[in-house]
Amino acid sequence: MAGQGPSEPALFTELEVEFMAEDEPVNIIPNVRMDTLHMICGDYGPFRPQIPITVPLWLGIAMKKRSKCRIQPPGWMSVERLTEVLEMEREAPREFQPLPFHYVEIAKLLLDNAREDFENNYMVQSLLEDIKDVRWDKVEKGLKTLSGRTHAVKLKNLSAMEVNRMRTFTVRALQSFFKHDNDDMMKQTPTDSDSQSTPTSSDRLPRVCSQDFFTRSFDFTFYLCM
Amino acid sequence: MDSANGSEEDALWGNDDDGGQWSHQDLPNDVEVLKRIWRNEKSAPEILGYETLLVERVREQIALMEENLAAYAESLDDVMLSLFEMDVNRLMFLLRAYLRVRLSKIEKFALHIMRTAELWDRLSAQEQEYAQKFVDVLSKHMHDSVLGKLEKAYDSMVKQAASSEENDMIVEPQLDTYVFCRSKTAVGSFQLDDKGDETVDLMPNDLYILRYRPVRGLLGTDSIELV
Repeated sequence: MAGQGPSEPALFTELEVEFMAEDEPVNIIPNVRMDTLHMICGDYGPFRPQIPITVPLWLGIAMKKRSKCRIQPPGWMSVERLTEVLEMEREAPREFQPLPFHYVEIAKLLLDNAREDFENNYMVQSLLEDIKDVRWDKVEKGLKTLSGRTHAVKLKNLSAMEVNRMRTFTVRALQSFFKHDNDDMMKQTPTDSDSQSTPTSSDRLPRVCSQDFFTRSFDFTFYLCM
Repeated sequence: MDSANGSEEDALWGNDDDGGQWSHQDLPNDVEVLKRIWRNEKSAPEILGYETLLVERVREQIALMEENLAAYAESLDDVMLSLFEMDVNRLMFLLRAYLRVRLSKIEKFALHIMRTAELWDRLSAQEQEYAQKFVDVLSKHMHDSVLGKLEKAYDSMVKQAASSEENDMIVEPQLDTYVFCRSKTAVGSFQLDDKGDETVDLMPNDLYILRYRPVRGLLGTDSIELV
């Protein structure tokens, strides 16, 4: 499949990430009367004119395209809320603000397909761009702190698209760190075949490991998520 | 029409992609489960167990829906019909994507899978047949094009040379890779190495990058999901 070269770390294409986001809920205001849709993915409806109802994003957009409803912009996509988020993103260089996991894709889908349902669509779009940039900048800064003794990285409030974008590089880097660390261990351990069971070898390195774990990788944990 | 919700997995299944305060009341169903299974399969370096029952249920639901659509096509208006079709198509896409990503792993690691009973058992009957045929074709091709023309010591598909101690030409998945995962339950303090020096506190809904090898067991018990 696309995006899955032989030696690539698993990567979802943008369209695949978007596909997943399309199952997120959205509120719509139908302008038609329609019976309940008993679908495989769930039951939605009955639809009554002017009565808001929650449906999956793909369904909402499909109805919107057929002029059967308008989209109720989600609360987090209001200018006030986004301005607030942007400010907080800027103020807190060590943490990410909570946004929907698929906020990038949801915003793109809604603005592409239901632009006129947003009062300040231009403003919303520009705020979202800024938020995306500020967040990505933090991701890049966070990546710099990755080190050979990083065993676990906690990513609080990171979104799907951000995860997908940093995946290839991060996984490669961590793989290399791990590989070279282990090469070092091999060299330092006289009996490398049973390095885990002999008391000498387990005395040798782990202490360094654990110390580093709590200084360096914990820092990074702290850095990215607080 | 019947929207066959509800399965044993549902009980285990929390909300999918929300981050706490954004949670919504989406109904857990086979579509959500299949989506998670597909994501796990795509993100994991090795082949995971085939979800026989789930795939069976999903196939039945697709067939049933298509049957119903054919039967009621006349009485439904165009809009409703197209929405129902989208629903079925989305599920079919998901099912295909799942089966495909498995096939690509089977092709990549065919020799390794066939020589490892544990992995072999993770394949469905059809996948086993596919893997067997794939290896047959591959060895014939390798023999005809290259190996058959080499000296006896170098004509093995699994060894570089007869003197190799191990089967060093078999491609194996890299288990010491890193995966992005989310814990679904409070796993608590989890050990990442054999010595117990590296531990991580796995809290529900938190996102981590962890080495695959130590956490693969958690994937089996459904405590974490890959993203």
